[in-house]
Amino acid sequence: MTALIEARDLSLKRDGQVVLSGVSASFEPGEITTIVGPNGSGKTSFLKALIGDIPPASGSITRAPGLRIGYVPQKLALDPALPMTVARFLSLPRRVSADARGRALSYAEVAALEHRQLADLSGGQLQRVLLARALLAEPQILLLDEPTQGLDQPGQAAFYKQIEHVRDSIGCGVVMVSHELHVVMSASDKVICLNGHICCEGSPEVVRNSSEYRALFGDGTGGALALYRHEHDHAHDHAHDQHHHDHDHAH
Amino acid sequence: MFDDFLIRAAFAGVGVALVSALLGCFVVWRRMAYFGDATAHAALLGVALSLGFGIAIPVGVGVAALAMGLAVGGLSGRRLASDTLLGVLAHAALASGLLAVSLIPGGARLDLEAYLFGDILAVSRSDLGLIWGGALLVVAVLIWRWQALLVSVISPDLARASGVDPRRENLVMVFALALAVAVAIKVVGALLITALLILPAAAARPLARTPEVMAVIAAAIGVASSLGGLRLSYQWDSPTGPTIVCTAAAFFALTMLLRPVLRPLLHRAP
Repeated sequence: MTALIEARDLSLKRDGQVVLSGVSASFEPGEITTIVGPNGSGKTSFLKALIGDIPPASGSITRAPGLRIGYVPQKLALDPALPMTVARFLSLPRRVSADARGRALSYAEVAALEHRQLADLSGGQLQRVLLARALLAEPQILLLDEPTQGLDQPGQAAFYKQIEHVRDSIGCGVVMVSHELHVVMSASDKVICLNGHICCEGSPEVVRNSSEYRALFGDGTGGALALYRHEHDHAHDHAHDQHHHDHDHAH
Repeated sequence: MFDDFLIRAAFAGVGVALVSALLGCFVVWRRMAYFGDATAHAALLGVALSLGFGIAIPVGVGVAALAMGLAVGGLSGRRLASDTLLGVLAHAALASGLLAVSLIPGGARLDLEAYLFGDILAVSRSDLGLIWGGALLVVAVLIWRWQALLVSVISPDLARASGVDPRRENLVMVFALALAVAVAIKVVGALLITALLILPAAAARPLARTPEVMAVIAAAIGVASSLGGLRLSYQWDSPTGPTIVCTAAAFFALTMLLRPVLRPLLHRAP
């Protein structure tokens, strides 16, 4: 399988400071990768480098030729001086038909918001509109920066399930950044734990049990992870046999 | 029909109002009011340089405005451009322009007021050609780059992920602004150009639900202010540039007062 995006021995600088060094990772179609790490660990910089917003200080980033990227930013710094409806926003920068727009909004479960002002939306609503916009590009890879920030626990679970559904239906690769360490998505095929470099990586179970992860986030996160896994397993009627469900709930 | 100086003034005013209202929307959306100031104030330095080197004034003004725009753009890329820095640049450019005009030979005879506040009634046929040529060029560029400019305004990250280079769009804005300043200096002068950029856009904001509607309304308010101000200054025998700006300010006050009435109408889902 050829990688959609591949980083080789990547180092990044922000304002002259090295924020990330020696990172190698590749992102494949149909694969969900979650990047976790504390604040300031270089997660967002890594994501921005993957979309080409930050040039590598050293090392390289290779994107598949003509790669269609769907990007869901952490937030939008919308100036109140800019009037913008949800419908208009979805047609930026490429105009889309009303039909395609309606389908994308329905898919993200925000069809009723089509004619609302972007500035009037709640955090969760805006997040789903941003997802709808990213899906309109028919992405081969979907990159999400802290997508569940500001959502409550059920909201987070619902959003993660939605992402999994997107992956299953359009087969895109997914790269998700999170600092919500207690809800590492169990549907992730791969978790990369960043703290200026790659601390550890692997399946969610491998990362959770690694000493580096525990040193960074403490032992207490294991229970919350299992809690989420529990909800996930039962809400999703075991549709994905490729995931290893070991049911070791630590309640 | 261009024999009458009032007709020429009206056409010049409409041309400048159109281009500055459209460009002004982007200036407002990107919080670039001070950026507009810095670029416009550099225009006076351009006037001095034109006199010193014997080149056409619109060319000198355009070059000076462009240089200032690129300098500020370069600085803001390194996260240095604060209100303070832009304020420093704007006023340093204005003061050094005034100083340069007084120092160059022949500068003392220059009608400084015309370049600070504009002299729309002295617009010649060739000025008119220049204004409309420049204005149409800027409007064409804005329409051509509209989608890319908008997405860059909303989020440089989103732009990048969609294959739009936000730095290139920034350069487009700097060039358009420099060109607009070059054609507007004769009409409203270096000190009032920013007013013509910002006031119609700000007045249009409460009336609009989408960027396109805001731009069209801003253009209409700009044109109405221009013609209304010209008419009033003729009636009151007042300086034309400031009268145009005051008319635009009156439009702004009007739409601000109407805002509480308009808001529920515009924000209701259809």
